[in-house]
Amino acid sequence: MSAELNFPHAQGTPGTEDMPRRIVSRVSAGDKVFRSIVRGAGLAVFVITAMILTFLFTRAWSAFRAAGFSFFTTKLFNVNTNDFGIGALLPDGVIIAAIALIIAVPVAVATALYISQYAPSWLRRPLVAAIDLMAAIPSIIYALWGFAFLMGRMTGVDSWLARHLSFIPIFKVNLPSSLPASFTDAPIIVGVVVSLMVIPIITSLSREIFSQAPQSEREAAYALGSTRWGMVRTVVLPFGRAGVIGASMLGMGRALGDAIVISFLITPVLTLSPHILQSGGNSIPYAIILDIFNGPKYVSALMAAGLVLFAMTLLINVIGSIVAGRSRSGLVNVE
Amino acid sequence: MTTSTRAPAPGAASQDAPEVTAPPAEQRVRLRRVTKDGALTLFGAAFGSLGLTWVLYERVLAFSGVLGFWLSWYVIFLLMYCAMAAVQWDRRAVSDRVASVAFGTGGILTCAIVLDQVLYVVLRGGHVASHLSFSTHTLARTGSLSTLFSGGDLEGIVGTLEMLGLATLFSVPLGITAAVFLSEVGGAWARPVRTLVEAMTALPDIIAGLFILAFAILTLGMQESGVAAALALAVTMMPIVTRGAEVVIRIVPGMLREASYALGASQWRTVLNVVLPTARSGLATAVVLAMARGIGETAPVLLTAGYAKGMNANPLHGWQPSLVTYIFNEHQLPDANDQARCFGAALTLMVLVLVLFAVARWLGGSKPGELSRRDRRRIARKAVR
Repeated sequence: MSAELNFPHAQGTPGTEDMPRRIVSRVSAGDKVFRSIVRGAGLAVFVITAMILTFLFTRAWSAFRAAGFSFFTTKLFNVNTNDFGIGALLPDGVIIAAIALIIAVPVAVATALYISQYAPSWLRRPLVAAIDLMAAIPSIIYALWGFAFLMGRMTGVDSWLARHLSFIPIFKVNLPSSLPASFTDAPIIVGVVVSLMVIPIITSLSREIFSQAPQSEREAAYALGSTRWGMVRTVVLPFGRAGVIGASMLGMGRALGDAIVISFLITPVLTLSPHILQSGGNSIPYAIILDIFNGPKYVSALMAAGLVLFAMTLLINVIGSIVAGRSRSGLVNVE
Repeated sequence: MTTSTRAPAPGAASQDAPEVTAPPAEQRVRLRRVTKDGALTLFGAAFGSLGLTWVLYERVLAFSGVLGFWLSWYVIFLLMYCAMAAVQWDRRAVSDRVASVAFGTGGILTCAIVLDQVLYVVLRGGHVASHLSFSTHTLARTGSLSTLFSGGDLEGIVGTLEMLGLATLFSVPLGITAAVFLSEVGGAWARPVRTLVEAMTALPDIIAGLFILAFAILTLGMQESGVAAALALAVTMMPIVTRGAEVVIRIVPGMLREASYALGASQWRTVLNVVLPTARSGLATAVVLAMARGIGETAPVLLTAGYAKGMNANPLHGWQPSLVTYIFNEHQLPDANDQARCFGAALTLMVLVLVLFAVARWLGGSKPGELSRRDRRRIARKAVR
């Protein structure tokens, strides 16, 4: 049949065969330039991070050499006698960040659930705007508020905790009196104020993830007779769990880096004190803004402390960002 | 027979024994309705617990402090609401209602915090800032014994605006180009870049100050000045711009890009003439939100700008005061007038943040590609001509 009709391709002659055309999209010269510029800007983030690490490290090198490995364990900060380290600064900062997270995570998750699942649709936009505004309020204003407004109003709670719950080690205090006035200097107040700065970070990320919970599964839960809380418990929370963990880690990075609130609220003490009602406290950022202009030896030692803080928060944030990104379907589809 | 008149369904009347099998009149189930008993339970629990807390906290037990009062009120309120709900409804309904009340208070609490911050600063700073001289004078001739209205925060306003402008200039082109990379070009590197950008948005701001101190000031020998502070601010603002811009570029409809390619446009033409203009309002929102974040960053400015009383309008040379360092330094002075000025400057800063924020909301009101009424009028005018 085909031979009679003399279709050229049926005879199998090489060269005239009907092959699927290979589609080659030629990238024009302009596009090549454009892509390399744009790629360069994307990779600039890596360059900036690498530069931060490099420059902090070169400045910190002499301090690391002078202090040796004891830099990570020494509690004092006597730069001139080479007796300095982050043994007290780092744990004290972590304690404050932990207080902030203990307060911020439940509030932020409740708010995110309310905005994404409960609030009527006309209320959603204003609420999201309020969260954005809360993130934009400068830390120095939170610090002023904590100093002038919250401190006097919180000492009552502190003294109650100290009097009645002092059998729990973290609430133990060693103060001359348990009058409210002797609690104005406690790390727990810093923790509360810092939590206000962390809440918007956790809320906006968790809200984004909660609102992407699959509509079909939510409706399936309702169709099986679930209440709204039942739906949230069985669909939204399991879907968003990784996101909440990631968001909390990003908030932790923010809380570890606060320098202003702590400097407004408490006096610096160089003892590793796990008692959150005891007066005085410290953290690496606090030490940096206190002592950075005290001479080159301090600069080097504080650069070393800053490098440790940077490496730690970068690690926490990258892990948090990966964990949060994994549960965010919208981003995965882009690639 | 009586049931058939109530039920509108025609099938119900033709059945054999209507008074036995006819379904009861159907009523539309209204979801999310505020019922009278639900609202009353909520109010009852709220005010009942308020009274109980007052009696216990202020009269019976020896407690003090406003914060403690409201904390105990909230705990007693939740318990009381639980109890009142358990009397009326079954277990599932109780847990549902208690959960919605708890989440709702989370939302109310965050709004209350924002309002509280704004109002407190207005209340404390309004007295000083209401005198116009406060924002037109500097601290150059103000000492510790001067009267309250002898100096102002003009130097801080000028410094802050200059630093913010320079930081925006440095960070926005890079940030938006990086966002274009993430959403338009992509490739194997897109995911690590996105992860790192997100990690950097929550990085301690003091690190940016330390970095510029180590890099620009100690290594390159730059002076402590407004430019150095602007560089530090740019480091903190760039990831925020990128993250915000990527989100809005990603929701530009793919059809628009394809239409542009089909007309023979190259990729860079498409991005410049189609994608970015379509996402314009969203991009502006991302930029302004990043500015609102950058304006309040204190630690990097403390490390890189220096501080000296009096006006320095030249960001390239010499220590430059800004609002945040102004507040920081005034706060450390013991005098009551200095504290008052500190709150006045805080109010100025808050107003700047709120203005930026309002601009961001106003710009971001429309979705990408959606035309505002003014845009439509402009196009119509052109079409007529």
